[in-house]
Amino acid sequence: MGTGEVWPLWEVFVRSNRGLSHVHAGSLHAPDSAMALRNARDLYTRRNEGVSIWVVPSDAIAASDPDSKGSFFESPQGKDYRHATYYVKSEGVKHL
Amino acid sequence: MAENQPVDDAGQANFDAVIAKDSRIEPKDWMPADYRHALVRQMSQHAHSEIIGMQPEANWITRAPSLKRKAILMAKVQDEAGHGLYLYSATETLGTTRDEMTEALLAGKARYSSIFNYPTVSWADMGAIGWMVDGAAITNQVPLCRASYGPYARAMVRICKEESFHQRQGFEILLELSHGTPGQKAMAQDAVNRWYAPSLMMFGPPDADSPNTSKSMAWNIKRFGNDELRSRFVGMLAEQVKVLELELPDPDIRFNEDTKSWDYGPLDWAEFKEVLAGRGPCNAQRMERRRAAHDDGAWVREAAAAYAAKQSASNDREAA
Repeated sequence: MGTGEVWPLWEVFVRSNRGLSHVHAGSLHAPDSAMALRNARDLYTRRNEGVSIWVVPSDAIAASDPDSKGSFFESPQGKDYRHATYYVKSEGVKHL
Repeated sequence: MAENQPVDDAGQANFDAVIAKDSRIEPKDWMPADYRHALVRQMSQHAHSEIIGMQPEANWITRAPSLKRKAILMAKVQDEAGHGLYLYSATETLGTTRDEMTEALLAGKARYSSIFNYPTVSWADMGAIGWMVDGAAITNQVPLCRASYGPYARAMVRICKEESFHQRQGFEILLELSHGTPGQKAMAQDAVNRWYAPSLMMFGPPDADSPNTSKSMAWNIKRFGNDELRSRFVGMLAEQVKVLELELPDPDIRFNEDTKSWDYGPLDWAEFKEVLAGRGPCNAQRMERRRAAHDDGAWVREAAAAYAAKQSASNDREAA
């Protein structure tokens, strides 16, 4: 439990429809996972926004450091060959 | 955490570049302490407004004229609670805890919109609040969907989607009253008369007297000045009121061909300052109600936390 906070913080992920991924909707405070799910239902799906909800304790999420953007994420510079559009000689060939 | 923030040239350069590109700042990015403070102030005030804003409307839930209207009003008040919670959690990403914000509100240190310190004396007020108060809020909030702080902008997108129902249901209440009996029409007109000026003042003081506006605009938090948004809102009301067959209590409303914006009569900014300073018609009542609700709910919060602690202890024992 966080410093002085009565209830810990949870991150809420909602699947809007079958076949789609759960997407981060926001966060909320709740004493445990069962209450977090109920609160998430009331807070983030009042208008049929979801068919499934995940709740995760916020402090269980590890995040990449925003300052290390350049070094952490591989530079796409000069690596156009990773994209289909790099290969132009096959232009006009069907089903390719 | 923001107070003792070290000088960070690289952080500042990154922040400036993001703002210049009109991109978004995210919670873990370095940001200037002033920017963080400005956001915490604006966002928590906004959250408090949603929470206090439940009261004037909750006042009419038990007396709504039909089951349909009662259900609609309950859904609306529930939305206001939801909006408060979206905004509180967005504000928490700036390093301010929920408890700190709750404390500040209960201690009377935090502000909320002065509009919620006016009483709701008739059913028509539910219509006028939806049409004018929520209308003003939408006019203010749509540009905030592009605010430079990501979590704030995302909360605003969700809120704006829900607010449009609020405004339409309010308009419909007024429309039904204004096309009803002469008594009902008079009740609708009376509500419009009382809520018109306070709703215009929701945009905040004139830009010349608004110390925070220019900084907020430079940081892409606010996109338009208070006066521009207010004028835009007056223009919308001036058209919509014709459909209602009611009148706005301001003979000075007209479209100014020179400035291409809507002019309106003077507003009583002395009254605005009085209400903001805590001396409005309902300030004491609103705060008393909020404190009582917080105190009365204490046992629920404690019991749920105790139950969760007990469950987690017994899970640990089973796992051991």
